[in-house]
Amino acid sequence: MIALLKLFLIFFRIGLFSFGGGYAMLPLIYQSIQEFNLMDEEEFSNLVALSQVTPGPIAINAATYVGFQYAGIAGATVATIGVVAPSFILALLVLHFFVRFQESRGLQSVLGGIRPATIGLIGSAAVFLGQQGFWLDQQISWPAIALAGIATLMYGRFKINPILLTLAAGAAGAFLIR
Amino acid sequence: MKELFQLFISFGKVGTFVLGGGYAMLPMIRHEVLVARKWIKEQELLDLVAVSQALPGAFAVNLAIIIGKRRAGFPGALAATLGMVLPAFFSILLLMALLRTVRDNIYVVGALTGIKAVSVALILVTIFQLAQTLRLKVFGWVIALLSFGLIVFLKFNAILVLVGSGAAGFLLYFWTGRKERGDR
Repeated sequence: MIALLKLFLIFFRIGLFSFGGGYAMLPLIYQSIQEFNLMDEEEFSNLVALSQVTPGPIAINAATYVGFQYAGIAGATVATIGVVAPSFILALLVLHFFVRFQESRGLQSVLGGIRPATIGLIGSAAVFLGQQGFWLDQQISWPAIALAGIATLMYGRFKINPILLTLAAGAAGAFLIR
Repeated sequence: MKELFQLFISFGKVGTFVLGGGYAMLPMIRHEVLVARKWIKEQELLDLVAVSQALPGAFAVNLAIIIGKRRAGFPGALAATLGMVLPAFFSILLLMALLRTVRDNIYVVGALTGIKAVSVALILVTIFQLAQTLRLKVFGWVIALLSFGLIVFLKFNAILVLVGSGAAGFLLYFWTGRKERGDR
């Protein structure tokens, strides 16, 4: 029971402070996982990889995954509700005010500080994933780095669908990365 | 009741068929609520998108909650949210169960490593695009680089970094605003 309450609060906090989309949430989720010893680094990077190829927002996938690892189906349910709850409460209670104050310069200035910070957060997610994805058994994986290079070009330059790229990288990785 | 069911189905479709989440979901949400159902108008959707971006939490879930509420109050918000969340919930549980049986298989490890590596590429491109969209000025770059350094090198708490950045944004506005108004 205490474990479930803890999970709920952890993910409630993540939901409450996540701005700037899925990738920007990753450091928040990862730091919470470390703080409360919920899973190790490799496991967390597996979670990120899986959430790239499953439907739905990363935040939901992460909550379900961590919750399940920690306390089974009940944990998955509680963590998922926890991460959505702040959105739900805010959207229902303050939406009215929010629509009115959205244009207010005070609020916009706060968001004006938060938005560039999310770039830093997303960057830290890239560093973390690079540490996991470019190394295998303590050795640098050149095929993985090559895949990342090709994908950067394909997505950045030729706007190839990212999901397609991810699936292709999974297929290529299965045979090339040892 | 019928309306609630329709909300659940419409957002359920988006939750099921868009892999990855986030802004990738916007075109399909638009199709569901604006073309297929005519629940809201284009301008209204733009406003709601802006609110969903400003609120914390997953963007697509925020949008589902707000549109659901517009259509059918609290039960509507609940129905739309469940539609959006349940496919993600069950698909990850299914994949986890599958992965447990094969997790040491070299092909699976290779595939996961490949996906992680490409995710780094996707994230880097996202950062580049985001920096362009936000048209960062000096203040923005300082905040972005500072946040990155504090989290990566000094292991700062990401929530504190966000709160601090928001405060810095407000202080900047306060100071420049005072200058413009000619106070003191």
